[in-house]
Amino acid sequence: MDRLKLSFFRSSRSKLSGDFIFEAVVGLFALGILILAFLLFRELFIESGLSRKTFGLSFLFTSTWDPVNEIFGALPFIFGTLVSSFLALLIAVPFSLGIAIYLSELAPEKLRTPLSFIIELLAAIPSVIIGLWGIFILAPFIRDYLAPPLSTYLGFLPLFQGPMYGLSMLTGGVILAIMVIPITSSVSREVIMTVPTHQREAALALGATGWETTRIAVLPYSRSGIFGAVILGFGRAIGETMAVTMVIGNSPRISESLFSPSYTMASVIANEFVEATSKLYVSSLIEIGFLLLVISVIINVAARILVWKLLKVEGGKVA
Amino acid sequence: MQNKITIKNLNAWFGAKQVLHDIDIGIEKNGITAIIGPSGCGKSTFIRCLNRMHEVVPYAKASGKVLVDDRDIYDSDIDPVEIRRRIGMVFQKPNPFPTMSIRDNVVAGLKLGGLKDKKILDTMTEESLKKAALWDEVKNDLNKSGVSLSGGQQQRLCIARALAVEPEVILFDEPCSALDPISTSKIEDLMLELKEKYTIVIVTHNMQQAARVSDHTAFFLYGKLIEFGETDQIFKKPKEKSTEDYIIGRFG
Amino acid sequence: MKWNKRKIIDRVMSTLTAACVVIAIIPLLSILYTVTINGISAVSLDFLTQIPRPVGEAGGGLGNAIEGTFIVVGIACLIGLPVGILSGVYLSEYGQNRFGRFVSFVADVLTGTPSIVAGMFGYTFIVLYFGSFSAIAGGVALSVLMIPIVTRTTEESLRLVPGSIKEASLALGIPKWKTTFYIVLSTARSGIITGALLSIARISGETAPLLFTSFGNMFWANGLDKPISTMPVQIYTYAITPFPDWHAKAWAGALVLIILILVLNIGVRFVTRRKYGV
Repeated sequence: MDRLKLSFFRSSRSKLSGDFIFEAVVGLFALGILILAFLLFRELFIESGLSRKTFGLSFLFTSTWDPVNEIFGALPFIFGTLVSSFLALLIAVPFSLGIAIYLSELAPEKLRTPLSFIIELLAAIPSVIIGLWGIFILAPFIRDYLAPPLSTYLGFLPLFQGPMYGLSMLTGGVILAIMVIPITSSVSREVIMTVPTHQREAALALGATGWETTRIAVLPYSRSGIFGAVILGFGRAIGETMAVTMVIGNSPRISESLFSPSYTMASVIANEFVEATSKLYVSSLIEIGFLLLVISVIINVAARILVWKLLKVEGGKVA
Repeated sequence: MQNKITIKNLNAWFGAKQVLHDIDIGIEKNGITAIIGPSGCGKSTFIRCLNRMHEVVPYAKASGKVLVDDRDIYDSDIDPVEIRRRIGMVFQKPNPFPTMSIRDNVVAGLKLGGLKDKKILDTMTEESLKKAALWDEVKNDLNKSGVSLSGGQQQRLCIARALAVEPEVILFDEPCSALDPISTSKIEDLMLELKEKYTIVIVTHNMQQAARVSDHTAFFLYGKLIEFGETDQIFKKPKEKSTEDYIIGRFG
Repeated sequence: MKWNKRKIIDRVMSTLTAACVVIAIIPLLSILYTVTINGISAVSLDFLTQIPRPVGEAGGGLGNAIEGTFIVVGIACLIGLPVGILSGVYLSEYGQNRFGRFVSFVADVLTGTPSIVAGMFGYTFIVLYFGSFSAIAGGVALSVLMIPIVTRTTEESLRLVPGSIKEASLALGIPKWKTTFYIVLSTARSGIITGALLSIARISGETAPLLFTSFGNMFWANGLDKPISTMPVQIYTYAITPFPDWHAKAWAGALVLIILILVLNIGVRFVTRRKYGV
């Protein structure tokens, strides 16, 4: 007759106990994260209001960036961000996959941990230092050793025409690729490692070699997770600021050639925000920042969903 | 003979799945009551209901009465924390706090209960370790990590830790299943000593163990209490067919 | 062992993928090498303790930038560590509900916030409000990057604490909040400290969030509400000038910064390796 539905939480919630206070306090801090996310959006949304009102959607599609006459269009920066990021992925994805496969499947057991640590160390190098290295080492290297053969053998493509002074879309793409590789390879590796062992053993028992096992039993399993890893890398490339600002040349023109200088959304903010004098100028830059935030949120949501699904289904991480 | 705990009409669930059905049983004061039965029969759930540990698992709930000294621990004005202080528990696998020294492990319950006096804490450390028959082995290493001990020693450390908060009842949830035979017999001897002062309930998979240490034995099957009586009677002249089958090893 | 086509393909793929690893490591080695070679000659006691001098004047250093980095990162920690750690505690110990999972997801997505956007937030939220670039604004901007990282690493370290430890504590009659605070947190401390230190390493090298929050300053710090110099911003400022003298200072600054960050990163791994499993 004394039927009580019992729950630890409920019984402690009934009075103002230490448990209740503690849960309320840490709960408020967790709520703080939502508030932070909300504020981030709200601030940038409100402060970009003037620009949105003045230019509307044409902000995204015009390529004039004229602070003197106060005409602002973000197309060159959107173009620069997208092209440099795609270029970065084009270079980084094959490498990242190779790294992930080697470090999770093919490498000798002893080498796996130290090598992945070294690769991840690359992600720890501050972007401004990578940029410094980019200006003085990478850009001259690309100008002297990479660009000449490209224009000799592939010069018939508009991509590789025109003069090359070092600071260019190509350099920006390469430096972004270097920065994307650690994240894409380590997430891919994590995803690949969630493939159940019995899956591998089944293939190995059939007499498959290490690579065949990877190809037959491992990769098909991790396809969506690897896609998530690639998208995460894309997110990193799009938001990256300093290194790319230092090597991409910062010229708001849309050019077909990868040898020409370009400009990205993040770079224009980094370069011009402090000098922006008029309200409309500041507001336009903030709108670019807002766009960047929206894009990165979409990318991250998509990537997490892809990666999470896999990690959860395979029980890679205890939920 | 007086009962320390009287269980009336106890039911327990995990989500929608009922794991205990209408258990009625009395636990004798200063005695050892053994709970036996095949795995999954609800014996662990049963003793976790006796100190309200069952409900810390998400979606777990229980109903019925558990009277300790005639007071229902499931009464709405009872604080489960207080119940757990009075009814200690030792788990299947030794689980000392990994970041604490042996000394801190023993008095963790007291310290977090607000006791600060170092003298009292030191006395309690020594007393509890002596009661748990561990003092002689560790008295010179009190500052060592609790997890540096062997499995059997860790389990006795956990017993000392439970004793330090001065409970009235100690629940043992298969305390020897992870231990070697020598450690097991040490813990069995210890239980026989402890029953002078405490009321003990032990869940065990090992029928010889139940026969060796307990005064009363309860046999559980599929979440139901099949038979309960003096240990001698249960092992020598079981009334129920299924008890007999289990004891002579026909299943389980 | 017989060599056939399949074995050869296996060998080729192993070699190719290994080559990917080697090629990816080259930039890291090159960066470490050039920073060391170009930086070492300019690093001196003066460099570490003096403030910058105008172009053409010899000497001077990054003392104020080093000081400023510690101040700004310190402010970020004051905000970011409590918020991150306590949120992580909520998510792992109480967050098994819709709200908890949502917060966890949002924190995860926030880890991808572009750092320049965090800077912009610091600007609109703090700089505009107080009317001046300031150390505080820089700290706030960095904390935006720090909070989600610390939250998620704390959450994950706490989840690794075995349930049996929590049960042992609850069964002693220790209330849940004390169990969480004194037992669970202390058991997970090495993981939490690791996460905190790695997030500090990460934000110490950030430039973009500071460009228009803490801004820069050629002198020693003179108040948390005033612009302040930081190493990353100073390195950037020097790097994009045309003066070889300042380039040398940029390299030297890079060397100091990289040592700081690598020590944090590598140190952390060694500390945790020793402590795990004990």
